[in-house]
Amino acid sequence: MKAARSIALLVACAALLTAVACGKKTPPVARPTPPPPPPAETAPPRPPAPPEPAREPVSVPPDPVRDDAISSASLDELNKNSPLKPVYFELDSSDLSAANQKTLDEDAALIKRYSSWTVTIEGHCDERGSAEYNLALGERRAMAARTYLISLGIAATRLRTVSYGKEFPFDPGHDEAAFAKNRRAHFVITSK
Amino acid sequence: MTKFIITITFAIGLLAAWPRAQQQAPQTPASQQPPPQQPTELAATIEGGGGAAPRLAIPEFIALSQDAETMATAKTITEVLWDDLNFEREFAFIPRDVYSSIPKATSFTDVPFDRWRELNADGLVMGTVQKVSSGFRVEMKLFNVRTAQVVYPRQYDGSNARLFAHTMSDELHKSQRALNGVARTRLTFDSDRDGERMTGTVQNRSIKEIYISDYDGERQTRVTTGRTLNIAPRWSPDGRSIAYTSYRRGGANLFISNIFQGTLDEVTKGDKVGENWLPAWSPDGTKLAFSSTRDGNPEIYIVNRDGSGLRRLTNNPSIDITPTWSPSGTQIAFTSDRSGSPQIYVVGVDGLNLSKKTSESYCDRPTWSPAPFNEIAFAARSGPGFDIRVLDLVTGLTKSLTFGEGTNESPAFSPNGRHIVFTSTRSGKTQVFTMARDGKNVRQITKAGNNYEPDWSK
Repeated sequence: MKAARSIALLVACAALLTAVACGKKTPPVARPTPPPPPPAETAPPRPPAPPEPAREPVSVPPDPVRDDAISSASLDELNKNSPLKPVYFELDSSDLSAANQKTLDEDAALIKRYSSWTVTIEGHCDERGSAEYNLALGERRAMAARTYLISLGIAATRLRTVSYGKEFPFDPGHDEAAFAKNRRAHFVITSK
Repeated sequence: MTKFIITITFAIGLLAAWPRAQQQAPQTPASQQPPPQQPTELAATIEGGGGAAPRLAIPEFIALSQDAETMATAKTITEVLWDDLNFEREFAFIPRDVYSSIPKATSFTDVPFDRWRELNADGLVMGTVQKVSSGFRVEMKLFNVRTAQVVYPRQYDGSNARLFAHTMSDELHKSQRALNGVARTRLTFDSDRDGERMTGTVQNRSIKEIYISDYDGERQTRVTTGRTLNIAPRWSPDGRSIAYTSYRRGGANLFISNIFQGTLDEVTKGDKVGENWLPAWSPDGTKLAFSSTRDGNPEIYIVNRDGSGLRRLTNNPSIDITPTWSPSGTQIAFTSDRSGSPQIYVVGVDGLNLSKKTSESYCDRPTWSPAPFNEIAFAARSGPGFDIRVLDLVTGLTKSLTFGEGTNESPAFSPNGRHIVFTSTRSGKTQVFTMARDGKNVRQITKAGNNYEPDWSK
């Protein structure tokens, strides 16, 4: 017990000493005259303006640092070879296959990463459907992709949809290879 | 010649039935001229023997002066009149290749009736073309060949050779066959013929613009310059406006081009209206039925033409699209896939009494016929493409009008219900065609580019 007390006493003394030491430092707080620094900022004696050259090197590094060409590309460049991959559908269908969901998972990761993007999801159809109904089927395909992306946590406000039915085929051919390319939900980055 | 100006100095009552489009052109001073003497309905009609179609001969109209313009006008009128009359198949015709064996008349007074009788003609359509200060004065007479009497005389002032012929054809059909002809009606469709591309974020997208033409495909004229997708045009009942779907605001919205005023109305506007497709005019021209996703998925709505008074007609999680009005304006037919595949349904404009009308593999673009027919034409999937079919709503029977000649889509009726305009790939690209209601008499209307989703003026 005695030992404990003497330790406590020592600690108390130490605390006191520290307090005293601090106390010794605190008084100078009142010092109102640290003139050297202020003149350094406000005084004009340093007009050579080194800050400007200093900034330029600072602004250069960010590009290489941000590892990707995506953020530096223009919208047109981005959309010509879009990092967002389209998903393809079966005839007359708007069902998302497992492969589609995997594609959308990757698209979602990109959309999350570039959080300033807004994306338009275009619904497209092949010519085996009729022109009028295809407008609605394309919308259904775009909505299927949108709903899935929202379920992955993308804000709904970042995802618009538009259906072009069979008006804008990606492949103008008239065979199944062309049709398969034309039944899709296609992503266009509309702002970044 | 390009302006469709005609002054019609007779039969004003008849004209009320034709699209105002035709009369919109400014009336020339010639309209002030006193109407020429028109004997009031001398004899009734030319009849064919034994109830057969009357056999007509139409020798070339007589140019009363030998200048090139008058002669060309006379020739054009004759050719177009022949085509117009032939279109309705109400008359039989003495083949033109035998006309050369018959002495040419130089006026209405030296007609060799005996020779026309030998050819077994029932009626003879003759005409003269006279150059006047305002254009041409055309006189036309229908003779009963057996009696050599004038049955139906008419006189016209104007400047457009084709419109002379169209007017004559309509009046001959009306007076002789009690038929509303379609020679002065017009078509509208969308086309990518200009090869213009949409600029923007995606390459290689061909835009489409709205066009109009005469019923026979002449005078094809572009209406829109949206530099985007403008599709599925529909004539207003008065023939002065065209409603269509346009992407000029990004998504699909309804627009109306008032083609003679040159003004544009936006029917669906705003951020919360979703996509809006395929407007269809009510028979009285005051409302549009259309499909919209504004409440989450494509449903049928009715709206006043100024965008007010929106009313929802369907309520189903499936697709409801491409409405068409019954002639009385009391029902709407549309495409829905609520049964699993796209089929044609009919519902009252009050939203009640829904009924399914087709049970094929896939049907789209219903178009209700005008009265007195009670039919719905539609495109039905058939093999790799589509064929045009017509459902008789009284008997419930469906018949096909095309049989796999390419793919055939987007039917619309002529205002007299005797013809259908549609698209077909039978000649290569997608083109607009017309055919009779029995599927015969197929005529290709467009040749340039691809052409889609036609409609026929009322």
